[in-house]
Amino acid sequence: MSAHDLWILSPELSVAGLGIIVIIADLILNKKTPLIWLAAVGLTVPLVLTLILWFDTPDSELGVFGTVTADRLALFFHFLLIGTTAAVIVAGATYSKKFAGFQGEFLALMLLSVSGMMLLVASRDVITAYVALELSALPAAALAAFLRTDRSLEAGLKFLLLSALSSAVLLYGLVYLYGATGTTDIAGILEGINSMDADGDRAFGSSAIMLGVVMVVAGFGFKMAMAPFQMWVPDVYEGAPTPVVAFLSIASKSAAFAIVLRVLYTALGTDELAADWSILIAILAAITMTAGNLLALSQKNIKRMLGYSTVAHAGYLLVGLAAVAANSDSDGFIAGPQGVLYYLVAYALTNLAVFFAIIAITNRTGSDMISSFAGMARRAPLLSVLLALGILSLLGIPPTAGFLGKIFVFSAAVDSGLAWLAVIGVINSVVSAFYYLRVIRTMFLDEPETNERITADIPVWAATLVASAGLLVFGIAPSSLLEFARHAVSGVVT
Amino acid sequence: MFEGWLSIVVFLPAAAALIIALFLRNDSQVRWFAIGATVLNLVLIAITYLNYDRGAGGVQMVDRYADWIPVDGLRAEYLLGLDGLSAPLLLLTGLLTAVAAFASWRVTLRVREYFIWLLVLETAVLGVFTALDFLLFFIFWEIELIPMFMLISIWGSGRNKYSAMKFVIFTLAGSAFMLIGILALFLSSGVDTFAMVSIPSESIVGIPDKAAGIDLLIPAGAIWFLLFAAFAVKMPLWPVHSWLPDAHTDAPTAVSIMLAGVLLKMGGYGLIRVSVGMFQETKDFQVQDVAWLLATLAVISIIYGAVVTLKQTDLKRLVAFSSVSHMGFVVLGVSSIVGVGGKVTDAGLNGAALQMVTHGTITGLLFLSVGLVYDRAHTRYIPDLGGLALRWPLITASMLIAGLASLGLPGLSGFVAEISVFLGTYEVWSWLTAIGAFGVVLAAGYVLWMMQRTFFGPRNERFDDIDDANFIDMIPVAALVISIVAIGVYPKIVTEVFKIGISELVRI
Repeated sequence: MSAHDLWILSPELSVAGLGIIVIIADLILNKKTPLIWLAAVGLTVPLVLTLILWFDTPDSELGVFGTVTADRLALFFHFLLIGTTAAVIVAGATYSKKFAGFQGEFLALMLLSVSGMMLLVASRDVITAYVALELSALPAAALAAFLRTDRSLEAGLKFLLLSALSSAVLLYGLVYLYGATGTTDIAGILEGINSMDADGDRAFGSSAIMLGVVMVVAGFGFKMAMAPFQMWVPDVYEGAPTPVVAFLSIASKSAAFAIVLRVLYTALGTDELAADWSILIAILAAITMTAGNLLALSQKNIKRMLGYSTVAHAGYLLVGLAAVAANSDSDGFIAGPQGVLYYLVAYALTNLAVFFAIIAITNRTGSDMISSFAGMARRAPLLSVLLALGILSLLGIPPTAGFLGKIFVFSAAVDSGLAWLAVIGVINSVVSAFYYLRVIRTMFLDEPETNERITADIPVWAATLVASAGLLVFGIAPSSLLEFARHAVSGVVT
Repeated sequence: MFEGWLSIVVFLPAAAALIIALFLRNDSQVRWFAIGATVLNLVLIAITYLNYDRGAGGVQMVDRYADWIPVDGLRAEYLLGLDGLSAPLLLLTGLLTAVAAFASWRVTLRVREYFIWLLVLETAVLGVFTALDFLLFFIFWEIELIPMFMLISIWGSGRNKYSAMKFVIFTLAGSAFMLIGILALFLSSGVDTFAMVSIPSESIVGIPDKAAGIDLLIPAGAIWFLLFAAFAVKMPLWPVHSWLPDAHTDAPTAVSIMLAGVLLKMGGYGLIRVSVGMFQETKDFQVQDVAWLLATLAVISIIYGAVVTLKQTDLKRLVAFSSVSHMGFVVLGVSSIVGVGGKVTDAGLNGAALQMVTHGTITGLLFLSVGLVYDRAHTRYIPDLGGLALRWPLITASMLIAGLASLGLPGLSGFVAEISVFLGTYEVWSWLTAIGAFGVVLAAGYVLWMMQRTFFGPRNERFDDIDDANFIDMIPVAALVISIVAIGVYPKIVTEVFKIGISELVRI
């Protein structure tokens, strides 16, 4: 491994290194609080490295025998993942007192998991991607079980088993792609497919590739919370510690979408194949959002409800993925993935705001039931307003980022001739109003059980405020983020 | 160009709401501040209205920031402007919000939040009437939902939570279709703009011009119906009106005033600006092709609304159903766009536009009067009332003026609007217009019958100890009565401007 390889991999390595430093510091320090600040402040190192790479490295530079890259797409997600992790660590400061002395391990596992996700989005080789996926999933399973209650352990075990199953499916799919094209390199797969077309040798190749595509989509679909692989989501969301839920719902999902974006658009980006997987993804998108929204309707536990809401949002994101633009004019082609990136950032900010507000409130009330939020507007006015703002963003009401995110993916869909999918999407948005508005109504209308004021701790409060401000700023003035997203996808989508 | 004036007018209420949220704690301070803000905004809007250059016409006072969403796939602008169609509606919004603020004088529950939402609502509606970028229009259209949801569900009565949710779901469903319609228009190759009108001074070519005669992404007829769905729900037009009586009945007085007076006009405005304005020269489908549908739905709404109104025993529900009937006249006027023998007159459309303003003021006054009765009697159930005229002459007078205007008494504004609608439509749809005109007869029936049962008849001793409306109650009443009489006697103050807007919109 040369110095250049180290440089390309420096954000991932520094995050993993930070995780190890935290464990060592945990052995030395008696008090656990400094660890949180060590982890949060330490994340500025990978952030700065990512920033330097963004300006310094051309997209074409690869490292470690061409298996990892530091292109704009990867770096875009590095920013998102590092930012999310830092926010979750800060906001979870109070919550993690529940882990009674194991905060060090908690932080380290989270950092290791995120280093896996960062490697995943930077992979240029499907084997690297697979290894990175495992690196991100194993610590995540431990994190889900971290409360060590029955439900939490169940969540961890479920995550572990289903994650293993989905990995197996993914690996099987990758084997087919390898078998058909003779390479594991993502760009090489595309060449292989193209040369197959040229040779007219498609009898075995194309059906093997389609099988591979289906299995790859299914394998990553688990991480994306895509139906019909969403079964784990509500149980894990309900049982796992809330900061872990926030982490999984944003970081894990973003990373999965990033690698799917890369595999679909780079490795399988031929016109003919794109038409096929576009339809596949479109159908899955329709099923995913409908299933998520319908199942969320009857939920009484807010984390469970948000679990299904996550599924629904995976569906909206898939709409953007499906929109490869059957008409490949130069403007339209980029709109789908660009919309997906905007949506992911909007969704990240929104979910952070929502989960942090919930952490702040449930830290005091101790209950995750929606009914326990009754009259919260009087007990914690500002937190309630921020939570309501986040929920409106999930629902897609302007002027929040969630609204523009939906507009971008739906318009990309209409542009690609998938108007029917956009119609299903907007109808789903209407359905989702039922359960989202119910939470707002409970907070603002119902009588509180007690009138005891709820004051949040400074860290979680500040994190909520920052995330809410972000979702408003990008909802009103989206141009800078869109420009950023355009840079990120321009290298991948050709 | 960015003059900034319209932006100030639109966002002043929101800024006032922010100031209330951040700085004001005392309830009576909040009340005065909110009323002051709405009155100040009314003054600014009146200045705006008078400054609209009638000689020049077109879109004026443009605020434009072209790089709002600068991606190729979705190039939306921040574009506000005023033309002949939107100027009077802006004035109506300013007036009715000030009226609603005064009418909220007696609100004691969570006063700060209440006025914050009311002010946010005003910004949203003003935004709808001034936005000339379709996406921006849609954004304001959606923003309006949240304040309404809160206002109905927190400060309403009866089944308020149910009604608020019903209102939101109906509107969201409508606007979901509108969004697809907007995107389909924008993404049609050759359109590629969200501008709702052409503005030569800014070198903007709008959708009406760009979409003329080209193949759209999906058939023009489908787009028309997607957009029409949203406007029909909002107006509301039979058969998607069922949210309206519930929302009105359970909303507090001031919110009913806003809902009937201003929010329904968003539907009528959209119908004229979009459904008519953008679909006269589209390929393979023009709005003229569905004028029969508009006329039919309009007449059904008029008659159905009036008949159901007759049966109502709750004063508010009665006024609510009469709105369905009266908004039908707007659609009936619009349906005259098909013309006779290739010749289109704009009388029907002018009448429709005027009907929006008159219905706003008249129904505002009706709801205001009902609110005054309810504040005192604590019931809106007509059989429980009766003989109020002797005890409360002021309230009776305001209800009577509103009622007479509503049934179309000459000299009051309702008459002018309805007669223009009939004049414009009769040549085109003689039979339907004749049936629709019967709605006016029914209106006389329900208004007079309601007056008789509620205000006249034997004295009801229950209300002997309760006083008539006081000075503050009468301020908004006076404002509305003045505007109803003024438009009734001298309609030109509004029609002159509407004419400019409509004539620019009708292209044939």
